[in-house]
Amino acid sequence: MIKNDIYELYQTMERENILLSFKGVVTSELLSSVLSIMESKMDYMDESPKMKKKVFNVLVECLQNLYHHIDSNEEQDRSFTRIEVKSALFMIAKKDDHFVIRTGNYIDKASAIDLEERLDMINGMDKDELKKYYQEVLSNGTLSDKGTAGLGMIDIARKSGNKLEYQFLPINDVNSFFCLNIKID
Amino acid sequence: MTNMENLHLEGSAKTPSIHFDAATGKLELKGRSIPENSVEFYKPLNDWIDAYGKDPIAETSVDVKLEYFNTSSSKCILDLFKKLEAISGSKTKVVVNWFFEEDDEDMEEAGQDYQAIISLPFNIIEVEEI
Repeated sequence: MIKNDIYELYQTMERENILLSFKGVVTSELLSSVLSIMESKMDYMDESPKMKKKVFNVLVECLQNLYHHIDSNEEQDRSFTRIEVKSALFMIAKKDDHFVIRTGNYIDKASAIDLEERLDMINGMDKDELKKYYQEVLSNGTLSDKGTAGLGMIDIARKSGNKLEYQFLPINDVNSFFCLNIKID
Repeated sequence: MTNMENLHLEGSAKTPSIHFDAATGKLELKGRSIPENSVEFYKPLNDWIDAYGKDPIAETSVDVKLEYFNTSSSKCILDLFKKLEAISGSKTKVVVNWFFEEDDEDMEEAGQDYQAIISLPFNIIEVEEI
């Protein structure tokens, strides 16, 4: 039984052409390792330097979003163990001519509402509007204590050149599960 | 002429190498800037510019040769440019040289973003390899 499950998982990952996936607590050390693995993997791939840089850039922002977000989630909900709430999932896949980065993490419902509003606003903008909005937030915004600039999602949208596909799955009264799907081509 | 110390930092997997030379007025950031929290890294750079600005040489040039930078760094880089903007005037003329690798439109656009916000002369320069 267990053997079959693993085989199914293996086949799914093979079919989806997943280059790397991780589920667990996202730490600074983990980010360093993942970025270094992805860089050397891409070194061997027949991709333009431009594409490699885009993928790396978007990956940095996605993973650092998870890193910072998980940090802020601490002790928000007693019905989850600490590890569950601090844990996240991400995967990087290569499909035909494009790359896909997918992330999943718990988020409290109040933050989910804010985030959804921001994502919808970003998705409503074209290339030039995104550029203007980025410059506006860059010149007027301030860094949080964690060093976040509020620019991550705008930057991901600009560099990926695609809409940010997302979903919030209701989990319980306090939490949702945030799924983000980024296509880079 | 200033006798302040130069600032030299080795690059790392998440931070750029830094060569700030007070005697020549040449400041260089090179490599990648992707720390989770950039504030700590950029603090000594800003402090150095503050000190240098008290007695700068007539021409100051800043070479930014970044391969990657994250959004946390983008704010710190803006603050660094603002410091340079503040010291630019009668004592020194500051010029920014923003380098990007050929075809790297994202890095070229990033230079244009700063150019739009900062009122320093900005050269955006395409090179084969950074």
